[in-house]
Amino acid sequence: MTQMVEIEPPVPSAAVTRRPRSVTGSSRGQSRTAAWMILPAGVLILVFVLVPIALTFGLAFTDAKLISPTGPRFIGVENFSRLFDDPVFWKSLRNTVIFAAVIVPVQAGLALGLALLVNVKMHGVTFFRTMYFLPVVTSMVVISLLWQFMYQQDGLINAVLARIGITGPDWLGNKDTALLAIIVMSIWQAVGFHMVIWLSGLQTIPGELYEAADLDGVSNRQKFLYVTWPGLRQTATFILVTITIAAFALFTQVQVMTQGGPLDSTSTVVFQAFRAGYTQQQTGYAAAIALVFFALVLAVNLIQRYLTREKDA
Amino acid sequence: MSASATTSTGDVAAPAPHAVVPARANRSHRGPSTGRLVWRWVVRIALTLVFALPLLFMFVSSLKPDTQIFGDLTSVRAFLPVGDISLDNYTGVFGRVPFWRFLANSVVIAVATVVLGLIVNSMCAFALARLRFRGRSLALGVIIATLIVPFETLALPLLWWVNLLPYYDGSTGWLDTYEVQIIPFVANAFSIYLFYQYFASIPKELDEAATVDGAGRFTIYRKIVMPLAGPAIATVAILTFLPAWNQYLWPLMVVQSEELRPVMVGIDYFKQLNTSWGQIMSYASLITIPVLVLFVCFQRSFINSIASSGVKG
Repeated sequence: MTQMVEIEPPVPSAAVTRRPRSVTGSSRGQSRTAAWMILPAGVLILVFVLVPIALTFGLAFTDAKLISPTGPRFIGVENFSRLFDDPVFWKSLRNTVIFAAVIVPVQAGLALGLALLVNVKMHGVTFFRTMYFLPVVTSMVVISLLWQFMYQQDGLINAVLARIGITGPDWLGNKDTALLAIIVMSIWQAVGFHMVIWLSGLQTIPGELYEAADLDGVSNRQKFLYVTWPGLRQTATFILVTITIAAFALFTQVQVMTQGGPLDSTSTVVFQAFRAGYTQQQTGYAAAIALVFFALVLAVNLIQRYLTREKDA
Repeated sequence: MSASATTSTGDVAAPAPHAVVPARANRSHRGPSTGRLVWRWVVRIALTLVFALPLLFMFVSSLKPDTQIFGDLTSVRAFLPVGDISLDNYTGVFGRVPFWRFLANSVVIAVATVVLGLIVNSMCAFALARLRFRGRSLALGVIIATLIVPFETLALPLLWWVNLLPYYDGSTGWLDTYEVQIIPFVANAFSIYLFYQYFASIPKELDEAATVDGAGRFTIYRKIVMPLAGPAIATVAILTFLPAWNQYLWPLMVVQSEELRPVMVGIDYFKQLNTSWGQIMSYASLITIPVLVLFVCFQRSFINSIASSGVKG
């Protein structure tokens, strides 16, 4: 299909007959049509993406307030020095990093396990895929409320634990278990998503490789190590990066379930930015926090770029 | 990236991805032992329970009074619609909040975002993929570059910004409108990217033949390319609908009036009215069941869309 695009037989003959006007006319016409077709998306991206990105950088160095009679005033790095002096910020950053550090390997690993489990051609396997995917299409707000209910001291989870002789804590009310509770729920919600990504990676591995491996009589474990895993490297990088970035952006669960508590044990960077920029209406300070979040995301992207470049070379 | 680009269009286009699943279990005559196969089935079924039971618990609890929900927790009755079953919780929801209004708001917002997004993004992608003009690669580069900036980075500066934008009636500020919940999300770099890849894979001869027949560029877009883009349209529609339906952070900040509130912010607000858990579970069920039904009906399209999002970056 790609080669066909590069061959353009009809153009020369058509151009020969009508060269003087049609060539310039059509390319000018194309430019004009292109401009009109790009205009709506272009304006929207400019106003609602590019300008806000520039504002994030700009406002972080001002005292901008959400509602203020005077405009933003330049205050240098004051927001950042205030932020770095704020113990809640360091707690939020720590929680965000812990959340990501646990979620990334556990969720990626479990998702791969699920994918291998349903990557068979067999009647009924679609049913399991659908079931594992149900939480992904359910809203995070609903899931947070449902699990908040289940995590109560006298809730479903402790009732189940009690049957096997464990007295469960007040999961979300205890500063030692609240973040863990959010981690478990978040994995439950999103693991089906990454199962599907792993599956599409698995399906790009040519079946002949497995046939060859069978002929050589290799074990299942060797098949995984030498055929499956090398074929999944690109998928793996993608999955690790998307889970990490999504983990850094942790907000909804915290807002619905704990409001950052108890004792800031579940506060996160994005939650703190929300509280600063919305609840306290300090847009400048929130922009500074957002920049810290963006720095985390950018770091992950650069690491990914570095890793994939090394592989290509 | 070019390699993954081809796979993605392949994924979007492939009508039956199940056909390409490497059928390891069937092909290998030295497959896993019977014990192993049984064990795998046990694991699959156990996992189904892990993912489905909390959701089942939600639906079942929505039919019971709170005293019975808590009474049933210690037995399997927690997951069975038995005992004092009624729709009282649902009546309670409708009595306390304008639920249908919230639902209508969410439907309007999600449908408008999807429909406008399909038009605006496909048009932009058509120009980028199939027309020649100056600045084409720059425009494409800028759009792709914005993909690495998560919404959470710019949410708070954007909140400040939309508060300053002129509104069509001559006033300033978009807060507390439908528009502010729709317009910022219409143009979407990832949708443009998905359309771009799909359009680039359609042979250009089609355009040339149509041009010879006197069709303009816009006619080619509308009458030739778009009718061929069904799979890409489905993918973009699903990937736009889910976040639009589920969005929480943004409407939480920009909507104050009850009559503009979408369902997800509505449920959070509903919970703060100190309602019973049974009623919260009813509300949660009401906004979850329609999406789950849609998902189960279009299970394959949903999963393919998610899989094709896996080639991002």
